[in-house]
Amino acid sequence: MKILVCISHVPDTTSKINFKENDTKFDANGVQFVINPYDEFSLTRAMWFKEKQGATVTVVNVGNATTEPTLRKALAIGADDAIRVNTEALDGFLVAKQIAEVVKKGDYDLVLAGRESIDYNGGMVPGMLASILDFNFVNGCIGLEIDGDAATASREIDGGNEKISTNLPLIIAGQKGLVEEKDLRIPNMRGIMMARKKPLSVIEPVEVSSQTATTSFEKPAAKGAVKLVDADNVDELINLLHNEAKVI
Amino acid sequence: MSVLVFADSSEGKFKKSAFEVVSYGKKIAEQLGSNVVAVTINVADASELYTYGAEKVVSVSNDQITTFNAKAYASVLKQIASKENASAVIIDSSIDGLYLAPMVAVNLEAGYASNVVALPSSTSPFTVKRKAFSNKAFSNTIISTDVKIIGLAKNSFGVHENPVSGTTESFDAQITDADLGVKSVSVDKATGKVTIADADIVISAGRGLKGPENWGMIEELAEVLGAATACSKPVSDLGWRPHGEHVGQTGKPVASNLYIAIGISGAIQHLAGINASKVKVVINTDPEAPFFKAADYGIVGDAFEVVPTLIEKLKAFKQS
Repeated sequence: MKILVCISHVPDTTSKINFKENDTKFDANGVQFVINPYDEFSLTRAMWFKEKQGATVTVVNVGNATTEPTLRKALAIGADDAIRVNTEALDGFLVAKQIAEVVKKGDYDLVLAGRESIDYNGGMVPGMLASILDFNFVNGCIGLEIDGDAATASREIDGGNEKISTNLPLIIAGQKGLVEEKDLRIPNMRGIMMARKKPLSVIEPVEVSSQTATTSFEKPAAKGAVKLVDADNVDELINLLHNEAKVI
Repeated sequence: MSVLVFADSSEGKFKKSAFEVVSYGKKIAEQLGSNVVAVTINVADASELYTYGAEKVVSVSNDQITTFNAKAYASVLKQIASKENASAVIIDSSIDGLYLAPMVAVNLEAGYASNVVALPSSTSPFTVKRKAFSNKAFSNTIISTDVKIIGLAKNSFGVHENPVSGTTESFDAQITDADLGVKSVSVDKATGKVTIADADIVISAGRGLKGPENWGMIEELAEVLGAATACSKPVSDLGWRPHGEHVGQTGKPVASNLYIAIGISGAIQHLAGINASKVKVVINTDPEAPFFKAADYGIVGDAFEVVPTLIEKLKAFKQS
């Protein structure tokens, strides 16, 4: 089985988000970048298929050279090789089109991605990729087993989960549950040393126009100060929620 | 030209989000000078949608898709969008909507923006405001294709009545075997419980509760308010509560009218996931907990004293 894992290069979850150039660009100054947390669940599941079922694992990112440390981290976690498509990830459609080319050329059976990236939160790439390639697709995946060409998966739904049966070739958009948080891997020294020698190929993009463009960013309006209610005066809280906030 | 709206349902009943997307679609249709057409799948009587401005409902009945199937639904929406000459398609950004919309976008060669929070600020260029950076910011996004797909964030526009005398026509959708490549085997769902996605009120608790055995009062409070229960990430990591209750940046997003956080300190990742809620209340023993900076109302106090009192007082309030 040939697995491709899509890796998004995103600001760490604790980052303060700021913009520059008149709020038109994200200000990466002082921001630590990491593997998108949703992608980490997928990468870890891919490692399981590699170790237990002899799969090969390639990681891919669409971006400029600044994303390479993140791809190296994925190699240090255990991926066999990495591909960077050398173009700016302007929108989800453009990224999906680039990855679709990589899938076709590399003949991958299983593509694992995250449900969304924690920066632009579009949640577009896996579904678009599935439609472009006409592969089966499971979004919000919280469990995956592969047996030959057959796949059983589960996905989160409102208020529960759904068991699914499908077949390869398959696109999976994973989240917590695909593997447990405690099973996520931190690269060790040996992994980091080995990652330096693993192939990271840079390929040029195919020509695609983006369909959407961000013109500016804004931050949520500043919030007023919290109204504190005395612990002995719960009636006052109920009064405020009923008469002022009108939510109960 | 028309604005197509997907009015999602479950077991023949509309989800609350269906009324919100129809309300929103009606307004966009006015902006664009076109008509709103709502699509329903396996709903016997769709006339409820007329109340929110749907002049026309296209109703699909098909026993191959009695439960949600993203690829087949995407195919149905494509067929109807083509027939109705849709210039925009509105889909809620719910778990199922987020599954469906990117596939519809590719089918229609349309640009797609998810988690949109307002009406377009301009229709030429077509510009929408959407959530980004896990609720820490918004981006103003231009969709430059002829057909636009908008994913509407829950509770961002609201449900607005706008009664019209509508008509419903049925549509015979073509579904192929390839559309059914992903099959639902079974669904495991708590019945009779309010889900986090549907809830107007969410009661969430954290490590301050000290152990899973203390969740009785959280469930009771939720019951009194008709609320859903949720928890912080450490609580789900510790296995005190199921993963499905974890809300925050890597868990479920919350966009309820009222969010009550009990014994949750308010880590930046937690706040990112619940920020879209309209009114936030925090109950915590530590006055320095970061949640107090994000909340609208707060009580500095011990949950084990405050919550039982709150339950008792709310019961009296509900009866009055």
